[in-house]
Amino acid sequence: MEITNEVLKDLHYRMIRIRFFEEAAGKLFENSEMPGFLHLYVGEEAVAAGVCAALRPDDQIGSTHRGHGHLVGKGGDLPKMMAELMGKADGYCNGKGGSMHICDLDLNMLGANGIVGAGAPIAVGAAFANKYRGNDTVAVVFFGDGAVNIGAFHEAANMAAALQLPAVFVCENNEYGEYTPRSKTMAIDDVVDRAAGYGMPGVIVDGMDSVAVYEATTQAVARARAGHGPSFIECKTYRYYNHHGVQIMGFKYRTDEEVDMWKTRDCIEGIERDMLAQGVMTQDEIDTIRAKVQADVDEAVEFGRNSPFPDVDTLMDDVYTVAGANS
Amino acid sequence: MSATETELRELSYLGAVNEALHQIMAEDPDVFCAGEDVGASGGVFGSFGGLQKKYGELRAVDTPISEQAIVGLGIGAAVAGLRPVVDLMFMDFIMVAMDQIANQAAKLKYMFGGKTSLPLTITTNAGAGLSAAAQHSQSLESMLAHVPGLKVVMPSNPYDAKGLLVASIRDDNPVIYAKTKTLFGTKGPCPEDLFEVPLGVANITRPGTDATIVTYGRMAGESLKAASILSSEGVDVEVIDLRTLQPMDSETIIASVKRTNRCVVVHEAVRFAGMGAEIAAQIQEEAFDYLDAPIGRVAAPFSPVPFSPVLEGAYVPDAKRIAEGVRAAVQRG
Repeated sequence: MEITNEVLKDLHYRMIRIRFFEEAAGKLFENSEMPGFLHLYVGEEAVAAGVCAALRPDDQIGSTHRGHGHLVGKGGDLPKMMAELMGKADGYCNGKGGSMHICDLDLNMLGANGIVGAGAPIAVGAAFANKYRGNDTVAVVFFGDGAVNIGAFHEAANMAAALQLPAVFVCENNEYGEYTPRSKTMAIDDVVDRAAGYGMPGVIVDGMDSVAVYEATTQAVARARAGHGPSFIECKTYRYYNHHGVQIMGFKYRTDEEVDMWKTRDCIEGIERDMLAQGVMTQDEIDTIRAKVQADVDEAVEFGRNSPFPDVDTLMDDVYTVAGANS
Repeated sequence: MSATETELRELSYLGAVNEALHQIMAEDPDVFCAGEDVGASGGVFGSFGGLQKKYGELRAVDTPISEQAIVGLGIGAAVAGLRPVVDLMFMDFIMVAMDQIANQAAKLKYMFGGKTSLPLTITTNAGAGLSAAAQHSQSLESMLAHVPGLKVVMPSNPYDAKGLLVASIRDDNPVIYAKTKTLFGTKGPCPEDLFEVPLGVANITRPGTDATIVTYGRMAGESLKAASILSSEGVDVEVIDLRTLQPMDSETIIASVKRTNRCVVVHEAVRFAGMGAEIAAQIQEEAFDYLDAPIGRVAAPFSPVPFSPVLEGAYVPDAKRIAEGVRAAVQRG
């Protein structure tokens, strides 16, 4: 597959947007400006960027508890995201959802999800709606290596294959379910081995390489659009920070050497090195893009800080859809 | 609705459900049905009979035995703008799908800041009486009514079965529509036209002055039988069929108790933390000074549903036990 310079620049842009947003969120969290739980995507940017760059705006994505990267990758509005993470009224969900439920249905991002594996059946439902309407829209199901051991995921994957739905299952295998290594929770080395059991084609991709993710997703999406059913992509990746928060855990569950090894394969450094070598971008151009994204993120932080907290009168709003309103 | 009661033809409870589905699917191309055996075989009880033949495999979908994925299918399709009806064959099976129902369907709208509606109907079949034992006989409505974001509907007769199902499907919220298995064959008047019985509006099925029975589902009919027994004893009982448990028509309950001054709540579900507890609490909050007797509860004992017909008969409340409950309330004070 030929990868154009525009695709490389697009992948790079999506990844630094995610990285800078997440780094800023982590700082706000450590500074107690962000309530609740925070699951950072730093390290895994190549997956969200590679997948989302291969999608059309009408394609849906179902997300996870580690969902910020998916929304940014799909084109999410950084100020609205930051405000939501801070529990503010101008956030994507008016401060009702927070990090674990952030969504943008206009971008067809169907929501982060606080229950591991639970986003899969919902995204499969969106895939069903596409088939029902006879369009060629595709739904992507993001999930971690931990989710494949929960029943809902298995049910959803089997249902998608049985009904031949236009779905792409993207596993972000970061090797840890919270703080437990994957080797302790599965008797297979590669998550993709499960794909055969569902009757889906499956591939393993370097999840630190956005181009590889983009290529695999493009093929799987084309297959789904053509009505040939779901595919499974296992992206081998790594999260730099903890399951929750940044570096605040009181126990050590992985070695510094392991973390450092993965950082030598950093997805952003990698694509910048390649683009410089191929003459796709100059260092000045890269610096300019980085400065622009950092300014966007800084602006988002200020927007979040300046946004008011929700009026307590809104507490009971939107528990139900009232006939005639909102529907 | 133009037809008068006398013009209405008789239809079975299950026939009313099936007719509602056929008519609303003809009316609204966004409505589809999915679940175990829903398609080719028309559902184990026949609720979905003829739908796949008429509307095809994409609108009457046979799914794997995967309750979580069945409900998730409905949620995702609803968020994407369709109006799904997904079936969980027995109310007991709802427990298998509780994450998708209680953590997902019920909360998505709220968690998303109102940015979606969720027009999802989950049909299921409740109740004992078929010797189906402890995993195919439960009445779990109070667990569902406890979750903000859900609506819970339990029709007691063919007219309501049709009208409430139409209203449930047209509603833009997740609705659990629980039929009662032992009522499937019961016949009653039901209009041929598509019509709605609005959610959240109770039905006073028998006006009375001496005591109020608040009930729903299968016990609505048993309560009317109890009222006949009591009538021959000179006790005039008002019977309220709630029809919808969430939202609950508290206004009708309170107004009735203020007239009759005595109340017994009747349901097939177990007594402890059942709907009766909520209803009794609301009455004492709103009408304490009107009460002439403690609010009674006639319900199943706190045990799993037994298998043997003799034990099951002892488990499920009936007209005789309801009448005893009302007598206790009337004789007091």
